[in-house]
Amino acid sequence: MWTWFYKLASPPHVYSLAATFAPWFLGLAALLLGYGVVDGLAFAPPDYQQGDAFRIIYVHAPGAWMSTFIYTTMAVAGAIGLIWRIKVGHAVAAACAPIGASFTVLALATGSLWGKPMWGTYWAWDPRLTSELILLFLYVGVMSLRSAFEDAARGDRAAALLAIVGVVNVPIIHYSVVWWNSLHQGATVAKLGKPSMDAAMLWPLLSMFLGFMLFFGGVLCLRLQGEVLNRERQSNWVRQALKS
Amino acid sequence: MSVGPVEVFLLVMRRELRLSFRRPEQLLQPLVFFLIVTTLFPLGLNLQLSLLRDMSPGVLWVAALLSSLLSLDALFKSDADDGTLEQLALSGQGLVLIVTAKTCAHWLVTGAALVLVAPLVAIALNIPSVAFATMMVSLAMGTLTLSWLGAIGAGLTVGLRRSNVLLSLIVLPLAMPLLIFGAAATDRAISQISPAGALYFLAALCVFTCTLAPFAVTAALRITLE
Repeated sequence: MWTWFYKLASPPHVYSLAATFAPWFLGLAALLLGYGVVDGLAFAPPDYQQGDAFRIIYVHAPGAWMSTFIYTTMAVAGAIGLIWRIKVGHAVAAACAPIGASFTVLALATGSLWGKPMWGTYWAWDPRLTSELILLFLYVGVMSLRSAFEDAARGDRAAALLAIVGVVNVPIIHYSVVWWNSLHQGATVAKLGKPSMDAAMLWPLLSMFLGFMLFFGGVLCLRLQGEVLNRERQSNWVRQALKS
Repeated sequence: MSVGPVEVFLLVMRRELRLSFRRPEQLLQPLVFFLIVTTLFPLGLNLQLSLLRDMSPGVLWVAALLSSLLSLDALFKSDADDGTLEQLALSGQGLVLIVTAKTCAHWLVTGAALVLVAPLVAIALNIPSVAFATMMVSLAMGTLTLSWLGAIGAGLTVGLRRSNVLLSLIVLPLAMPLLIFGAAATDRAISQISPAGALYFLAALCVFTCTLAPFAVTAALRITLE
């Protein structure tokens, strides 16, 4: 019954699994993102205060959510690799880092583009913004630490430990709008109770959230294949897989 | 012969302190760096005293962070190079304890020394003497936290050849909250508002790091040593 679970630790199995899932994830992501972009940018009603400028939320909020979600995924995968010495865990963590860093850049860039007309500035030294920037630095630190080691296995484990230490930043990002008097607005969707948003605006946003998650899943599968191939390049199954 | 944990702690700490006092230049260099960096700011600002007064808490804290970072590189390096660290790890005594002793000794010769020099710099930066107590308390907690954060970074990079820049890259993002609350506390004390809020935050960060970081440092050393 648990064999499917144990098999997740085996690189060839994960390689073929990732190859199977990648097109599904990416295809579904394309559908959901397509609907979200069209409905969100063209049909959702404009905000009563912000007009059409609010529409950047359809990229910004899911991007920012992904940046912390991927960081947590990376730390958990790294912890799995560190604690149970499962090589696939490190491969997943290594595949996550650049994707997460890209989403962090996306969140920061869209946020500052929105901030210029709304707050009157591209950047404010606000707790939410600062902690998100720290997240970007953490991603960079994890990636450079991994690549600094000549012994790849050691680099993996060092990067995993740093990622775990950096997890303290994730709740800070999430609660920064609650704990401090922040310029950034509070939670709209990710909270208990009714979301403070009209359904016509909410559906495309939820679709974008799910689409971003699936997109991450798809890109992760693709990157993971590369990581696994690179890490297992000395083994027989890779030679056979590449020959066929 | 069995040695109790307190004795191990004191032995390692005494060894560390003795080693650092045998090389006084290594103790003085971060302090001189601290003085020089804080001197650079007034010169760069064209001696505009009003600007300087507003910026001084930030300048003081950034300089303190950078100068403690300088000495962190050496925390485990020489012991790792001559194999002492491996012997300590294999000694059968808890590595957590040894790491704690090493980091505390490191803080005593860097952080605590920095706290003692800080009033001198504060006078040069035009910080009023009413703020000295807050500044020194916040710096003491900040540098202790930074020693621990830096120990994690030093443990992770100890096996690497050129680890200096990487160490800063790893430690500085984690140290940013320290800078925020430390500078805020000093700033508030200068404007004679109660700095308690920022100080409590700083104390919380300090306690949090001091309790959990020893285990992270130990894990980091075990990764790089094996």
